[in-house]
Amino acid sequence: MPETPGKVEITCTVNGRKQSVHAYPMARLLDVLREELGLTGTKEGCGEGECGACTVEIDGQIVNSCLVPVLQVDGSNIRTIEGLASEKQLHAVQEAFLACGGAQCGICTPGMVMAAVNLLERVPKPTETDIRAGLAGNLCRCTGYMKIFEAVVRACQSTGVGA
Amino acid sequence: MPEPDRHFIGKDVPRKEGRAKVTGEARYVDDLQFPGMLYGVTVRSASARGLIREIRFGKGIPWKEFTIVTAKDIPGENYVALITHDQPYLADTRVNHPEEPVVLLAHPDKYLLEEARRAVTVVIEPQLAIFSLDDSLAKKEIIWGEDNVFKSYTVEKGNVDDVWSRADFIVEGEYRTAAQEQLYIETNGMIAIANPAEGVTVWGSMQCPYYVHKALVPLFGLPPEKIRVIQTETGGGFGGKEEYPSIIAGHAALLAWKSGKRVKIVYDRAEDMAATTKRHPSRTRHRTAVSKDGKLLGMEIDFVIDGGAYTTLSPVVLSRGTIHAAGPYHCPNVRIHSSAVATNAPPHGAFRGFGAPQSIFALERHMDRVARAVGLAPDEFRRRNFIQPQQTLATGQIVREKVDMDALMERAFELSGYREKIARFSKENAGRQRKKGIGFATFMHGAGFTGSGEAYLASIVQVEASAEGRVRVLAASTEIGQGTNTVFSQIAAETLGLDLDRIEIVRPDTGSVPNSGPTVASRTCMVVGKLVETAALGLKHTLTAAGLLAERYTQDEFAQACKRYIEVHGPLKSSSQYQPPPGIQWDDVHYKGDAYGTYAWAAYVAEITVDLVTCEVAVDDFVAVQEVGKVIHPVLAAGQIEGGVAQAIGYALYENVVWQEGRMINGQMTNYIMPTAADVPPIRVFFEERPYPYGPAGAKGIGELPMDGPAPSIVNAIEHATGVSIHQIPVTPEVLMQALEAVHA
Repeated sequence: MPETPGKVEITCTVNGRKQSVHAYPMARLLDVLREELGLTGTKEGCGEGECGACTVEIDGQIVNSCLVPVLQVDGSNIRTIEGLASEKQLHAVQEAFLACGGAQCGICTPGMVMAAVNLLERVPKPTETDIRAGLAGNLCRCTGYMKIFEAVVRACQSTGVGA
Repeated sequence: MPEPDRHFIGKDVPRKEGRAKVTGEARYVDDLQFPGMLYGVTVRSASARGLIREIRFGKGIPWKEFTIVTAKDIPGENYVALITHDQPYLADTRVNHPEEPVVLLAHPDKYLLEEARRAVTVVIEPQLAIFSLDDSLAKKEIIWGEDNVFKSYTVEKGNVDDVWSRADFIVEGEYRTAAQEQLYIETNGMIAIANPAEGVTVWGSMQCPYYVHKALVPLFGLPPEKIRVIQTETGGGFGGKEEYPSIIAGHAALLAWKSGKRVKIVYDRAEDMAATTKRHPSRTRHRTAVSKDGKLLGMEIDFVIDGGAYTTLSPVVLSRGTIHAAGPYHCPNVRIHSSAVATNAPPHGAFRGFGAPQSIFALERHMDRVARAVGLAPDEFRRRNFIQPQQTLATGQIVREKVDMDALMERAFELSGYREKIARFSKENAGRQRKKGIGFATFMHGAGFTGSGEAYLASIVQVEASAEGRVRVLAASTEIGQGTNTVFSQIAAETLGLDLDRIEIVRPDTGSVPNSGPTVASRTCMVVGKLVETAALGLKHTLTAAGLLAERYTQDEFAQACKRYIEVHGPLKSSSQYQPPPGIQWDDVHYKGDAYGTYAWAAYVAEITVDLVTCEVAVDDFVAVQEVGKVIHPVLAAGQIEGGVAQAIGYALYENVVWQEGRMINGQMTNYIMPTAADVPPIRVFFEERPYPYGPAGAKGIGELPMDGPAPSIVNAIEHATGVSIHQIPVTPEVLMQALEAVHA
């Protein structure tokens, strides 16, 4: 049996800040974000890439951080829910989720907001089909998705998307 | 400067904790870390039923580093206090279901802990077990009590035995519903501190802090004031965090007690799905007598639910299912007999609707079947039998509300285009591979605890004001996503004429809030919200009676009045305790009388497409019309209905718990399928508002209602599309394929 590899140094940019973490190479990015960096806005819902509660962006692409070994993000640029709002202002998608009732219990919300932000950056004027497809990897058990769809529409009508 | 308008009822004010939720700042139990904290895990039974012979601790694990707890370590009584004391916290000599907790382990390294869990073997000498409600009823093996029956009820109205001989039609049917997983996206979890000096404190995800409190008192044999339960932000419940959190809290606290350290237990998804409660599977048999003019003469209903291995909440789930089994119809002769029976599965438990979705699925499928037998359209048959004001429901409850089911149904038909579509689809479907269908259900849902339940709970809410005129609302009712914090703020702010941000909703903590009862049964807004309203009114009266506040006042004058009151009299507080509305009578022995203070009434229409090749069913449109009293917050209220409808679409079509000897074997989100953004239809929600005099500002309960109607609407629509009558849910492609093949064979 091969020896369990020891911890390694991983360097990446998280929400615009250079971070260096000492972690097992196969540790889940989700755990490193939450436990090493204290970024607990990213949630674990299933641990198998089904629910999307752990959605973050790596180099502009959304991923389920529960499926990403931290080794893979060495040198990458990561954005999490904590990286969206400035001190003074929420991101337009966050504002829209608030206004439309897109968040109920809130546990899927960070991942859902990340997926919506990513969708609007790729497709600034999404059709309903685009929105449904763009959010199909993020499960919500509270809302039935209607208010989330409304929030995405509202966000792309307001200014500041992609900011 | 004129005072601003301070009316908040009926307005879409911002969700109180919304900002924390959209930014990820909200702290759920797994987000809390403490130095020196241990993690805890549970070693569970691999067998459904048997005698524990040995617990083996395998090699290669530094066991001395671990805190190990078995039943022998329990300082108090080894039962989970709820209704009946039959469920142990940790199995001692025998196990009664797979996944039953036997051993608890704690260690600072959660990775090593997982290896340790796998290294423990509970050696069990198996005994015969029961895996279906039919086998349990047949007493193939007695696994609980003398007859496997946790609870039975009989509701009698008129004399059903006399109707069969004079009926023009007698229609029988049997209907089955499967288990359903709540699937809140935040799994269950708790953190505990426990030692003889400080007592026990737990933090965690839960609906009912005082249920947890009640369970921890006997477990530790401590006086109630030494137990403290604090709710953390809770990521969904739907009933799934009603009773089970008491077990996790106890487990975390037992590990904390023995280790002397803080212990966190958070279930991963697989453990949460395998071990915690699900919706009760059910079987309902109907025998219905009808006259040739389509009037119900008699209904005999036999309703059975599978309770799993221990009593837990099954008696009350059964009660609600029983009372809703005959629906919003007038029938002079009714007998409903119901039973909750034991099987060797993990106990089934609370899930939105609480027994009613099961019995209403059966009834609303059966009503379509009866209509066909009588030769009437399903709407015309229902119309002839809808309950009218002053008529009596199955329990003999006189309907004192101005209910108009016909108007609700007609509005739902207009909004959905039902009449045009039912004719057109029938014509267009011929020869098509993809067939369209439309179906509906008409139903009701009682708000608040059943029968004498609310009087027994005797819930209390307190409000208190600071010298700055800020008002705190103290209640044990939890925010679990449905909007408790926001709605309570609206009610308090409106009553006192204050800005919303002057109202603080205190985090539920049994150390500081009174017991306002569990957050269940569509009761929080209607029952507890009313207590918020009356307690706030009491606060105002205290100030006016003290001569400090005029009839009309500004916010500043309110603050000054609070300040002066506190200077002279000390703390400014007001409490309110539940009082039943006048005229409510309930007979627990004969199950007769006013089962609920009020009901929400509804008519739902589902439009679907069935693909005859793949046997998949897609829901294309959904219209939900309901009368729920005054709507306090339209966005939150619509959110409740939309979310409930989506869960019920899952219940009808996708969500299939696969059992193998009492164990769920598809306990993953990969193969237990809930609706995604790509699956849900437009869910169109419409409210009829008829204020209920005993709810806050006229509100009734709504949380559970939307779980009741979608499944029968959808399956009725499948019958319209295909001509095939299906009597069970979920209608997975496999079920539909078999049904289609049976018809075309």
